[in-house]
Amino acid sequence: MSKAMTGAKMVVQALRDQGVDTVFGYPGGAVLPIYDEIFQQNDIRHILVRHEQGAVHAAEGYARATGKPGVCLVTSGPGATNAVTGLTDALMDSIPIVVLTGQVPTFMIGSDAFQEADTVGITRPCTKHNWLVKETEKLSATIHEAFHVATAGRPGPVLVDIPKDVQFASADYQPRNAAKTQRYQPQVKGDMEMITKLVEAIETAKRPVFYTGGGVINSGPAASQLLRELVDATGFPITSTLMGLGAYPASGRGWLGMLGMHGLYEANLAMHGCDLMINVGARFDDRITGRLDAFSPNSRKAHIDIDPSSINKVVRTDFPIIGDVGHVLEDVLKVWKARGRKVNREGLQRWWAEIEEWKKVDCLKYKPSGKTIRPQHAMARLEALTKDRDRYICTEVGQHQMWAAQYLGFEDPNRWMTSGGLGTMGYGFPASIGVQMGHPDALVINVAGEASWLMNMQELGTAVQFRLPVKQFILNNERLGMVRQWQELLHGERYSHSWSEALPDFVKLAEAFGCKGIICKDPADLDDAIMEMIEHDGPVVFDCLVEKHENCFPMIPSGEPHNKMLLGEASTKDAIGAKGAVMV
Amino acid sequence: MSALKIKKGSTKHSAYNLRPTFSEHLETHTLAVIVDNEPGVLARVIGLFSGRGYNIDSLTVAEIDHEGHQSRITIVTTGTPQVIEQIKAQLGRIVPVHEVHDLTVEGRSVERELALLKVSGSGDKRVEALRLADIFRAQVVDSTLESFVFQITGTPEKVDAFADLMRPLGLQEVARTGVAALARGTE
Ligand SMILES: Cc1ncc(C[n+]2csc(CCOP(=O)(O)OP(=O)(O)O)c2C)c(N)n1
Ligand SMILES: [Mg+2]
Repeated sequence: MSKAMTGAKMVVQALRDQGVDTVFGYPGGAVLPIYDEIFQQNDIRHILVRHEQGAVHAAEGYARATGKPGVCLVTSGPGATNAVTGLTDALMDSIPIVVLTGQVPTFMIGSDAFQEADTVGITRPCTKHNWLVKETEKLSATIHEAFHVATAGRPGPVLVDIPKDVQFASADYQPRNAAKTQRYQPQVKGDMEMITKLVEAIETAKRPVFYTGGGVINSGPAASQLLRELVDATGFPITSTLMGLGAYPASGRGWLGMLGMHGLYEANLAMHGCDLMINVGARFDDRITGRLDAFSPNSRKAHIDIDPSSINKVVRTDFPIIGDVGHVLEDVLKVWKARGRKVNREGLQRWWAEIEEWKKVDCLKYKPSGKTIRPQHAMARLEALTKDRDRYICTEVGQHQMWAAQYLGFEDPNRWMTSGGLGTMGYGFPASIGVQMGHPDALVINVAGEASWLMNMQELGTAVQFRLPVKQFILNNERLGMVRQWQELLHGERYSHSWSEALPDFVKLAEAFGCKGIICKDPADLDDAIMEMIEHDGPVVFDCLVEKHENCFPMIPSGEPHNKMLLGEASTKDAIGAKGAVMV
Repeated sequence: MSALKIKKGSTKHSAYNLRPTFSEHLETHTLAVIVDNEPGVLARVIGLFSGRGYNIDSLTVAEIDHEGHQSRITIVTTGTPQVIEQIKAQLGRIVPVHEVHDLTVEGRSVERELALLKVSGSGDKRVEALRLADIFRAQVVDSTLESFVFQITGTPEKVDAFADLMRPLGLQEVARTGVAALARGTE
C-alpha cells in the first residue's frame, strides 16, 4: 500500500519505518524541507550538534553502544565535506551509520552552484556505498536499501545525497519491505568442512590462543556469548584488539589483556609463541602484527571474518572461514561438542604455566607518585571508582587512549568506543554524546587528551543544550603526548610542535558553556574529585593534570616482532631502527 | 626458547625469520566483472584500483543486458598472486558488483581486442603496409592517396605485433578498444 508524499516527508517516514529514534544533524539551505518535516513530528529526536564532524562521531558512538545504526542529517557543500572524517572513521572501524546530505537541485548539479560539492564523488572512497537520488520515486526505497547495506555483512557507513527539488516533489512512498536488498546478501554461514578442520586443530593444539576483534562486537551480543562459552569450555587463553575489548570479560579466566603495539606482555608473547592462533573478527592490522615476517612464526592460523577481502590480505591463513562470527562460533561449538569436547590438556597446562610466568612480569606496574598524578594511576582510580556502575567509556586518540585500554576492564561488549582504524583525534567527545543518547541513565565517560578534546570541544554546547551528563575526563599532560613519545624515541628528543601551548582554563571553559568544571592536580585529591564528577548530575569537564613526560608502555617499536617489547621502566632511547621509522 | 630470556628494552635480539614473505612473482589476469549499470559504478571500480595501488593494463566496459541494466567490465591486471586475490575480493565487496570471474584461472578463454591504426606514406612503404595488413587480416576502413586506416581484431599480442610492424612504415595514430574476453565452451 503506497501513499503519495513529498520527498522531505518520505525521509522522515522512512527513518520512522527503520525504527530510528535519534538523528544527529545540522541544518542548512539544502535540507530545509527535511528540517521542516522534523519540526512537525515527535517520533524522531533531532540532536543539534555544533559541527558536522561531531554529528557523525555521535552517530558512531550511538551505533557502537546500542548496536543500531546511527543516523546523521547534514546540508550540502560544507555540511557534507565536514562529515568526511567521520565517514572515514566509520569505514575503518566498520560502524553502521546512515548519513543523509542535502544537495543543490538536480537541474543545478554541475554548475558550481552555491554550496554545491560532488558529495557522492568525495565520499565514494569513504563509504561502504553511496547514492545520489535524482527522482523522488526512488527516494524511500533508496533510504531503505541504505539501511540494509549499512548493517548487513561487514557494517559500514553509507550516504544518501538528496537534491532539494527531490525533497519538494511528491511521489508514492515505498515501504521498508520494498527495498532492493537481494543484490547485497553477504554469506553468514561458514564452510562446515573448514570449521571441522579448525575443530581438529583445537583438539590437538598445545599452545592455542584466541585473537579476537571488533567483528565479535559487530556480530551482536550473541556472538560475545558464544565466544565466552567456547573460550571457557576449551580453557584456551584469549587476547583482543583495541576494537574488540569487552567481547570477553576482563575478569574472565582466559583473559590475557589487549595485544598489539601497546598491548600486554603476556598477550603479545602468547601470540608470538602460540602453535594455533584463532582470529575471530580481527584483521591482522599492522598495529597488531608488528613486523610481518616475524609475526607468530610457529603457528597455524585460523581466520573467521565476514569480509572475504580480509582473508589472506596481510597474513596467510591455514583455516580461512568466511562468515558471521556468531554463526561460525555456533557451528564450531556444535562440532567440537559433538566430537567429544577434546583438548590437549597436558599441552594446555604447560602453556598456561608459561603464560603465568609472563604475567608475573606485571607489565602494567607503575609506582604512584605522591606529588604528581601519574596517568596510569588516574586510570586505575577511575576504574576502581566506576567499574561497578552501568558504565560506557569513550576515548580520544593518543597516550590516554592506550592507558584507558590497558587499565580499564570491560566486562561486556558495546561498552567501549574508541577510534581504532583511523585514530581520529576529536572522536571521543561527540561519540560520548551519541552513547549518552542511546543510554540516557548510564555513566558515560570520555577519557581524553587535552589536545584531542580541543578538536571538538564545541560539542559542550550540545551536551549542555540536551542535558547530556557526559563526563569529560581529560588527562592533561600539556603535550601531544603520543607524538612527543615518538619524538623521544625516534627523533632525538626534538619535540617539534608537540606542546599544547596556550591551553584554556578548562574549568572556566566549562563554566562559560554553563556546565561544571573540576581541576585536580594532587594525587591525594583524585578519588574525591572523581566521585564529585560521577555524582554531578550534568556534563562535567574534568581537568586532570598529569605527569607531563610519561611514556606509554609496554610498546613494540614499529618494525619489530612481538617478542621485542619495551617495558615500563626500560630505557627507550634509540630503540627504533631506521626501517621502523618509516613504518610509523 | 623462552621469550622471558629477552633482556628488557633490548632490540639487538635477533628476530625470527621463518616465514617466507609473499612472492614477488607477477601474474597477468583477465577479470570479467558483471555490474549493475548505475551511475558511479565505473568510478567505484577504477577508484578501487587507484586507491589501493593496483594496476590496470586494460579496461573495457559496455552494457550487456539492457533490460536488466547490467554491464560487463573486462579488466586486465598485473600483480602478485596475493594481490590478484585481493583485487577479486575487493571487487566482490562493491555493492553493485554481481559477479567477478577470473578468466585466467577459470579454464580457457578467448580474448579479443579491436584497434584502428592510421598509417601514412607512399611508394614501397605503402605497398608493404598493405601486404602486411593482408597477412594479419586487417581491413582497410579508410584510405587517401597518402594514408590508410586499418582495422584489426585479435589478441592484444597480435595487435601489438601489427602496430610494431607498422611503426617504421608510417604509423601515425592508434586507437584500441581494450580487451573483451569470454570463457570458452558451453558454460
Ligand atoms: C586528527 C588527528 N590529527 C593528528 C593526529 C596525530 N596524533 C596522534 S596522537 C596525537 C597527540 C594527541 O594528544 P592528546 O590528545 O593530548 O593525547 P595524549 O597523547 O597527550 O594523551 C596526535 C597529534 C591524529 N591522530 N588525529
Ligand atoms: Mg596530551
